[in-house]
Amino acid sequence: MDKNNYFLMNPFQKFFYKTKRAIKNFPSALAGFFMAIGKGIARLFIGLGKGIKDYFAGFAKGNALTKGSYAIMGLGHMGRGQVAKGLIYLLVEILFVLYMVFFGAPYLGKFFYGFFTKGTVGITETADYWNDDLGIYEKIVGDNSFKIILYGILTIFMIFFFLAIYLRSIKESRELEEMAKDGRKALSFRKEVGELLNEKFHIPLLSLPMLGLFVFTVVPLVTMIIIAFTNYDASTEVPQHLFRWVGFANFRDIFGGNSALSGTFLRVLGWTLIWAFFATFSNYFGGMIVALLINKKGIKFKKLFRTIFVMTIAVPQFVSLMIVSKMLTAGDSMEMSGIITQILYKLFGFQLKFGINITHTRIAIILVNMWIGIPYSMLICSGILMNIPADLYESARIDGAGPVKTFIKITLPYMLFVTGPYLITTFIGNINNFNVIFLLSGGGPGDLLKYTSGAKGTDLLITWLYKLSLGVDRNYKLASVIGILVFIISATFSLLVYNKSSAVTKEDQFQ
Amino acid sequence: MITYNDEKKTIKRRDRFRNYQTGVISGSMKVRNRISNGATYIVLIILNIIALTPLVYLVGQSFRAEAGAWSSTFFPKTWTMANYKRLFTETPFLRWYGNTFFVAVISCAITTTFVLAVSYAFSRIRFKLRRPMMNVMLVLGMFPGFMSMTAVYFLLKILLPNHFQSLLSLIIVYSSGAALSYYVAKGFFDTVPKSLDEAAFIDGATRAQIFWKITIPLSKPIVIYTILTSFIAPWCDFIFVSFIMSGVPDVGMYTVSLGMYKWLEREQIQQYFTTFCAAATLVAIPITALFIWLQKYYVEGITGGAVKG
Repeated sequence: MDKNNYFLMNPFQKFFYKTKRAIKNFPSALAGFFMAIGKGIARLFIGLGKGIKDYFAGFAKGNALTKGSYAIMGLGHMGRGQVAKGLIYLLVEILFVLYMVFFGAPYLGKFFYGFFTKGTVGITETADYWNDDLGIYEKIVGDNSFKIILYGILTIFMIFFFLAIYLRSIKESRELEEMAKDGRKALSFRKEVGELLNEKFHIPLLSLPMLGLFVFTVVPLVTMIIIAFTNYDASTEVPQHLFRWVGFANFRDIFGGNSALSGTFLRVLGWTLIWAFFATFSNYFGGMIVALLINKKGIKFKKLFRTIFVMTIAVPQFVSLMIVSKMLTAGDSMEMSGIITQILYKLFGFQLKFGINITHTRIAIILVNMWIGIPYSMLICSGILMNIPADLYESARIDGAGPVKTFIKITLPYMLFVTGPYLITTFIGNINNFNVIFLLSGGGPGDLLKYTSGAKGTDLLITWLYKLSLGVDRNYKLASVIGILVFIISATFSLLVYNKSSAVTKEDQFQ
Repeated sequence: MITYNDEKKTIKRRDRFRNYQTGVISGSMKVRNRISNGATYIVLIILNIIALTPLVYLVGQSFRAEAGAWSSTFFPKTWTMANYKRLFTETPFLRWYGNTFFVAVISCAITTTFVLAVSYAFSRIRFKLRRPMMNVMLVLGMFPGFMSMTAVYFLLKILLPNHFQSLLSLIIVYSSGAALSYYVAKGFFDTVPKSLDEAAFIDGATRAQIFWKITIPLSKPIVIYTILTSFIAPWCDFIFVSFIMSGVPDVGMYTVSLGMYKWLEREQIQQYFTTFCAAATLVAIPITALFIWLQKYYVEGITGGAVKG
């Protein structure tokens, strides 16, 4: 169908048309996304290049005071009346030099020591070394590879931050020189501080949250991404051992290099996607139906019904999921089993093998997830259902459409249209749904023939990641690789959101 | 060409329209309405019963006198208060409760401040790094939050050498990444009319004054939503606390979720199942009450976030 016909389509056809187009455009959007990341980095370097050019040009043009502030930060400020600001710049420079000399440079050196040769991270390993002078073995505490990577990353960030501040101070210094030439007076320190509550209010607002984000999210995350390129696992545990750089070997392993591992990965990935699909759509349609029932004209006690459903969201998940998991447990005998398993056996003679049989466990998990998930999507759907123009329903009723027809022709297309982005976000959320899987089944039951590295039959990538970071199956490098792959999957699906949400904002002729 | 059938349809349609306009409902329609409403009630009541069953079971089991993890009846055969008594006399449950409350209050205060500050800055102030920062945060949010924990654990060990497995660490973990969840509140701030800001600006107010005196008071729903979700998060979290507290011998440091999780492990469940139920009831009641009391704001928050995507 070409674009001209678009306005003649019914809402359903429009939805499918849009979906088709989104899928068709998807590869280019994906390429665009990763290109955008690349472009961002490229722009950073171009900006840096321009900065360097300005840097030398400014040095040639500037007078002695400006030239001096190339070496001593803040000199230009101090010489032109901004003493306090100049002192702050000077302090930053001194602190940075001290940081680099006593801390940053040694760690950075060790970080790059084996980086290009696939050598060890760090130089000396903790071990007993022979001391010739004393004639004994001496224990020498060596390098801690993990610390080296962590501090190496931190130092690289510090250098970038410092460079940004340094270039800014020089730029300001040159501006001050220009201002002095024109006879203008520089802003007083008090006034500049005052600006922080006004035009520059974002600086006090953002500084603390961003500091927290930087120290406890960005640096650790980048560190863990780097770990994917090393052989850090339980056999190279720090600080007793050094681990080494291995390039892309871990990625090659998981994509076929190590057949047991790649088989496990594909199984876990497959179940993760199946789970996310069923969890998302069962909750979505269930929630929509419940919302329709509650909001039906003539139904009383709407608030009571809704509140009872909301209770399942309100009870903390570790309470609600763990009690249900115990209600479903299949023990050695029926007396040792959960109450639901017992009742199912007594009533239907059906033996639920929760935690024993993978398929039983998987189906049970999806059903239990509906229990806690439907109320949530019911709340979201209720709000949107109210927004469907009432005259649509009225004219449909006049045309003789029954409730089923109204649902299919009006409600469903409208809902799909408005909640498209929500569906995809929920899908991503379900890929990362740790609680439901871990608290219900713990990832089990296992199957040693099909799964390795601690993964089990109902493990999602995220619960596998958890097991690989903690406990007996610790394997940090594999955990990092999986984390990166989860990121790629999430990013891929998020792209659909941005495609769709721009479609929604531009779409105003849906009536 | 108009066929007989078409004509019949048109007449039917006209009648329906008239009835609709005059509000006349025919007898057969009344009956149909009543039947469909009755069916709706039945379905809703059944669904509500299913929704409540596990919770009723939980509360029932907390009063069970028979020992052991498994029972053959839905409700206990003999009722007792002993499980609750045991909770306060023999277990560190009260400590855990206090720990969780403490962590929840502090991290809720920090998280709320951070989220509101970041959302306001991104919503109202146009500065050079705004777009790049938002994009970087978007990308950061796509990584599984748990991925960085190994390094965070290591970092905490360096920063708090003697107390890295402590409540302070938990507070840091819960609140340091708060900035990443700015988008719901930002979406709300975007809808607060800008003309109010401009009017105040002309009257000589600074940005800081506008934030405190105009935007925040107008944003009560989103403030309450942020407080509610960030206060409840530590009560519900299992993954981070189990990582931070892994291998801690002193169970007094635990929060409710971790301590109660351990009660249901294979070795302990026979002894502690009914105690778990009692504890779970005591955790669930205040959280549920709080949630239901403030559900209006919760709904506003999640729907706002969902529709904007």
